[in-house]
Amino acid sequence: MDIQSLVDEIPVEGEYSLEGIDFISSGEQYLTFQLGSEQYAVNILSVEEIRSWETPTIIPNSPIDVKGVINMRGIIVPIVDLRIKFSIGEVNYLETTVVVVLKVELEDSTRTIGFVVDAVSDVLNTEDDEIKKSPAFGGSVPHYYIDGLVNVGDNVVTLLNVQALQSIKPHE
Amino acid sequence: MSIDLSQFIPSFLEESFEGLELMESSLLSLEQGDTETINSIFRAAHSIKGGAGTFGFDAVTEFTHLVETLLDEMRDGRRDIAQGDIEILLDSVDCMRLLVMSIKEDTTCEDEKIIEVTAQLEATLKGSDISSIAETSNIQVNNETASDQTTWLIEFIPEHHLVKTGNDPQFLFNALADLGEVSIEANSSELPALNDMDPEELYLSWSITLVADIDIEEIKEVFEWVEDECQLTITKKQIPSSQDNNNTPQVKTDNPLLINEPSTAESTNNKQNNVQADESAPPIAKTTEPELKVKPAAATVKTTKPKADVGSIRVGVDKVDSLINLMGELVITQSMLSELGNDFDLSKVERLNRGLEQLLQNTKELQESVMRIRMLPISFAFNRFPRLIHDLSKKTGKQIELILKGEQTELDKTVMEQIGDPLVHLVRNAVDHGIESTDVRLANGKPEQGTIILNAYHQGGSIVIEISDDGGGINREAVFNKAIEKGIVDGNTSLTDSQVFDLILEPGFSTAKELSDISGRGVGMDVVKKNIQSLGGRIQIESTEGKGSTFKVHLPLTLAILDGQLVRVGSEIYIIPLITIVESLQAQSELINRVSGDMVVYRLREDNVPVLPIYQLFNLEAETKEVEGSLLVVVEAEDQKIGLMVDDLLAQQQVVIKSLNENYQQVEGISGATILGDGSVAMILDIPGIIQMAQNNALKSFNHKTDKLTYSEEVTH
Repeated sequence: MDIQSLVDEIPVEGEYSLEGIDFISSGEQYLTFQLGSEQYAVNILSVEEIRSWETPTIIPNSPIDVKGVINMRGIIVPIVDLRIKFSIGEVNYLETTVVVVLKVELEDSTRTIGFVVDAVSDVLNTEDDEIKKSPAFGGSVPHYYIDGLVNVGDNVVTLLNVQALQSIKPHE
Repeated sequence: MSIDLSQFIPSFLEESFEGLELMESSLLSLEQGDTETINSIFRAAHSIKGGAGTFGFDAVTEFTHLVETLLDEMRDGRRDIAQGDIEILLDSVDCMRLLVMSIKEDTTCEDEKIIEVTAQLEATLKGSDISSIAETSNIQVNNETASDQTTWLIEFIPEHHLVKTGNDPQFLFNALADLGEVSIEANSSELPALNDMDPEELYLSWSITLVADIDIEEIKEVFEWVEDECQLTITKKQIPSSQDNNNTPQVKTDNPLLINEPSTAESTNNKQNNVQADESAPPIAKTTEPELKVKPAAATVKTTKPKADVGSIRVGVDKVDSLINLMGELVITQSMLSELGNDFDLSKVERLNRGLEQLLQNTKELQESVMRIRMLPISFAFNRFPRLIHDLSKKTGKQIELILKGEQTELDKTVMEQIGDPLVHLVRNAVDHGIESTDVRLANGKPEQGTIILNAYHQGGSIVIEISDDGGGINREAVFNKAIEKGIVDGNTSLTDSQVFDLILEPGFSTAKELSDISGRGVGMDVVKKNIQSLGGRIQIESTEGKGSTFKVHLPLTLAILDGQLVRVGSEIYIIPLITIVESLQAQSELINRVSGDMVVYRLREDNVPVLPIYQLFNLEAETKEVEGSLLVVVEAEDQKIGLMVDDLLAQQQVVIKSLNENYQQVEGISGATILGDGSVAMILDIPGIIQMAQNNALKSFNHKTDKLTYSEEVTH
């Protein structure tokens, strides 16, 4: 669903308007989260839910970043630890460790995968022209996962491409 | 507003497909010939025609009418049943299927085959009985106006959105035609330029002359459903007889809905004095190219129809009755339990236990009965093969007899639907690659006629479908060399026969020397394998050169539920399908042997069963790492027994299978996952997959060793 179509439907002023959310924004909203000391964000429309960490069931011989699968209301959802996938920060499972479950509509199916992050932070509103290209060198996060960079105050938030995140490496 | 006929369309489609299947199988057995069969074919065609007429699928009606005419002649004995006619009828069945399919998919059917077969049918009909054609196409000649009949002039100017509401003017005209003789003029003056045209809008209006001795109310009744959406003027008029003979050349109004040529001016000119009744039987007249002309109009009407393809199952009454019985028992158990709960004390624990046991029994039976509803005899999938063999044998010039066995074996509907195409492919392969040509067969001392046997039977908890032929078999060397050439295997690998045969299931593999349009593009067998695997099944090939090949497809009976044994390895719980388990035992150290290097085998009576520690296979931490004294679950698949080493045996229970593919991917050695009573996820082991995995691992390490060996040999050469 396009946020723009929601904008058209929801009255900006009057009794139904929701306070605190800027519906006039033409850009998109992103959910930001922390990996180590860095800030990352994904399109909020692809976020299915945010769960606390629970130990998943191991998938035999899976890549090390795939922690296993959990039962999310009867659906089997694989859990990928983004910190291992991107080699960022320390991999420990604390009370603040959360799983961001992302759902993406592919051509003929939908895929739901949970990603382990250190903490979720905020919802970020950003206009398209505020998104800057990411430099194509350096860093442990492969370039094709990155949609762009956004400056927030003194910090930089990396926008991740949800479709790229959802692609699964075959087992060796 | 009109009754929404479209809600009945799915049942019409289903019945039509059933009818077509019946026609097809009857036509094939008609080759011996008998009147009862012809009658049943005729009845099937007739009901398709009737149904199509009701819904206004004119393309189907018109085509089927031709078929019916031909069948009618055969039925009345006016025509001998010649082989050529049967071929045409079989082709017609295909065309009808195409037409019905196009209705189902809401597309226009413009297949050349239909035009071709229509022409053939007409030629055949003309050859014997010209009058029946003449009757249908020259109706405009019988143009008479009896003096005592009234002539009605109807001006029908529909609003542009008429067809969007599901109304088809054709229906109205048909209804008028039932009342008396009609002549219809389309007025296309409002037709916009092609660029401005909305294909879903109706821009035409009509003036209709109806000659019939009827009341104005009867005409109004016809237009009742659309009267709010059109301008309608009905006037009564006596026509001077001179106009009857006014033979102004008719503008092509084969179908009043469609004016594809800009003949507007001409048609409006003629409009005033045209009273000819060439439209009195619109669906029948002008049979030469009806599909192309009628279809666009029909498609326009149907755009409003929602796609409703839920499918349905025909269930035997006995199955439904058993469900109702079980329901009754369940209700009794439930009331017993709730009564027990009203004033419960410890003295009633035993009764509670009995009640719970009864509940368990009821639930199980209910579940089985519900599952049985989804089960259909495999003959549904087998039915299409006689026709396929008939066609293939004509195409290839090979004589082939098809033998079907075990047609009553039941199989889950979903499995059945998805196994159809792979089976067709296997049968095509058997005909194309398996059965040799007649002279080769005779030279090899085989009977001239090749045999293909399709067999289905239950084995344990799965169904086995066998496709066997008595053809040339698979040439092991040819397959192996081809595989090396294609780089699928390494020339130094040693493979068993069945491993070599499995190579033909690899992508990009075809040993046929020349490509044919039946099979041999090398894109088939790997897809077959993939389809079968996605159903949780597997395929097994047996072949003896010169004697023939057998393809065995093993499929699970149902995709939904499985009886499983829960086992624990380290902290993980796995489920072993109960049907694969031979026995579970505690390993006694005197029966453990180490053979051929470092393989551990366990002597189980006469068998030496290789021991496979799950923790090694899956790279887990486990409590038991020594075979001595450990728990072994002996499982069997593909005639191979293995002992799975586990830490603990837990409960047996039925589990609902959930796919890992949906959000993840297929995992080697795992057939799926399930959710246990405590909400956690457990993996279901894929026993044939695990055996394969262990074999591959062994092969890898073996090849690794032999690689070094050959290398040193080469050096010494």
